[in-house]
Amino acid sequence: MELYQKTAANLSLMLQKKEVSSVEVVQSFLDRIELVEPHVKAFITHTPLIALETASAVDKKRLLGEDLHPLAGVPIAIKDNLCTAGLRTTCASRILENFIPPYDATVVEAIKRAGMPLLGKTNMDEFAMGSSTENSAFFSTANPWNLDKVPGGSSGGSAAAVSTGMAPLALGSDTGGSIRQPASFCGLIGLRPTYGRVSRYGLIAFASSLDQIGPLSLTAHDSALLMDVVAGYDPLDSTSLPEAVPDYAAGLEGEIKKLRVGVIKQNLADGFNPEVKAAVLKLVALLGANGAEIDEISLPLADYGLGAYYLIAPSEASSNLGRYDGVRYGYNAGGDNIEVMFSRTRGEGFGPEVKRRIIIGTYALSAGYYDAYYLQAMKVRTLIRRDYEAAFKKFDLLVGATTPTPAFNIGEKADDPLQMYLSDICNINDALAGVPSLSVPSGIDSCGLPLGMQMTAPPSREGLLLKIAGFLEQKRDPFPLRPRVKLSEGGEL
Amino acid sequence: MAVDFGKEVDHVARLARLTLEPEEKERMTGQLSDILDTARRIQELDTGGVEPTSHVLDLPVVLREDETRPSLPLNRVLQNAPRRQKNFFRVPSIISNVQAEK
Repeated sequence: MELYQKTAANLSLMLQKKEVSSVEVVQSFLDRIELVEPHVKAFITHTPLIALETASAVDKKRLLGEDLHPLAGVPIAIKDNLCTAGLRTTCASRILENFIPPYDATVVEAIKRAGMPLLGKTNMDEFAMGSSTENSAFFSTANPWNLDKVPGGSSGGSAAAVSTGMAPLALGSDTGGSIRQPASFCGLIGLRPTYGRVSRYGLIAFASSLDQIGPLSLTAHDSALLMDVVAGYDPLDSTSLPEAVPDYAAGLEGEIKKLRVGVIKQNLADGFNPEVKAAVLKLVALLGANGAEIDEISLPLADYGLGAYYLIAPSEASSNLGRYDGVRYGYNAGGDNIEVMFSRTRGEGFGPEVKRRIIIGTYALSAGYYDAYYLQAMKVRTLIRRDYEAAFKKFDLLVGATTPTPAFNIGEKADDPLQMYLSDICNINDALAGVPSLSVPSGIDSCGLPLGMQMTAPPSREGLLLKIAGFLEQKRDPFPLRPRVKLSEGGEL
Repeated sequence: MAVDFGKEVDHVARLARLTLEPEEKERMTGQLSDILDTARRIQELDTGGVEPTSHVLDLPVVLREDETRPSLPLNRVLQNAPRRQKNFFRVPSIISNVQAEK
């Protein structure tokens, strides 16, 4: 087995036992990137020199016997909406094409402190708005399981990078499904933590009341290790949770207490792909066979989540993206008066989906519509949260499909935004409620595409999600976690 | 009730300071009507007496002492400015002809 095929947990052990150096590990991923990246295109910016430099520094410290973080020397890829000091951060947008952040995001600082070599910045839908990574202003990313399919989005580059062994770990961000949906489409673990669990400082804002950063990885253990690096209170993020954070990796050990599992009816709806549903029910049965109490639950407000989300998220986006005016940073289209400059800069700098959402959001917030749209959506959000509070009185865990279908074709939904939005239908309500939510691989369909099950826990219980995901990994019928990347010209990687 | 969004787009684009090309506007109008038709379904719900969500986890408002703290040095604040003059962001005239009238 090549180094790039190993899990982060494995690499961490090998490094700690000095069976391998971090430079060797990083070189294995760089070689893999050279081979696979031309076909998958997961990265906007590659940082091989930074990665090797960090790796070599870690190796030196290890030789000197210094105390190192368990993930020291284990490389990572991060989504290109996380600010990296001195390193271009584009948000996959023309408007930030040449933006060099003057500071690091808190999570980036944490990664550096842990000694994790950065392999690059991954592709995404522009400003994290999308579900296929086709909205990147630069290029689309392919699904490694079938290069004609989308990898999901908006963290599609992060998902594709981990899936192909171009990185053992990645960070993404999830506003309404952007970690979980690509994780499902690429056969990975993807965790959206509790709102406030991971600092948003230095994450380029899309919808601030919904944005959360989280891990994508091959296994639950790997995501737990990465959560141990990035989770925790940050005074620089005023919405950060002022709570102690458990040791997620240590929390994977031990018995699972008797679980009450609620199967969300709306997330296994009639129109869903039958193979998606069958795979979820198989994992649910496995939980049942191991002592969990299973029951069905209907979230009465579930069907209103999409409407509320597509008012709240664009409203916040229209406000957040007001800062791109060509003055302090980013693209500037010129113009001899200020209003022309603002409008032209934004008209030329933003892509179609971003413009669509700015228009929806500006409309929903504008005079005469605010009460009927934005305010009503925020009240509906309260009702949705109450749905969850009631559900968690009866259940420890809610489950359903992560997505209604497996990965769809590149181009299939590109001209139909509403259909694109519907691919996040199972992910949105958890985001509105602020609760942690994780996608775990549930199988491979008859076309060879990965499927996922979404599990949701009460606030601050992401540890339970990781633990159950780890349990399922051990107990489920085995299936391949990584694809052979089949090239259109023949051959596979 | 379907809203004719075409009439609104010009006004809203102006509010958002966003230039839209004619074909862009046309394509967007149909798509936005569809999206808003879906979003508008939330208006069916009775939300009388329901507080809007301001923070999902009901955290108290976080305040800090009003003290100066270290911040970014000026050259790094200005390093990404597309147009810069000395220690300023340079912009086109905002209030026209003020100088001339004086």
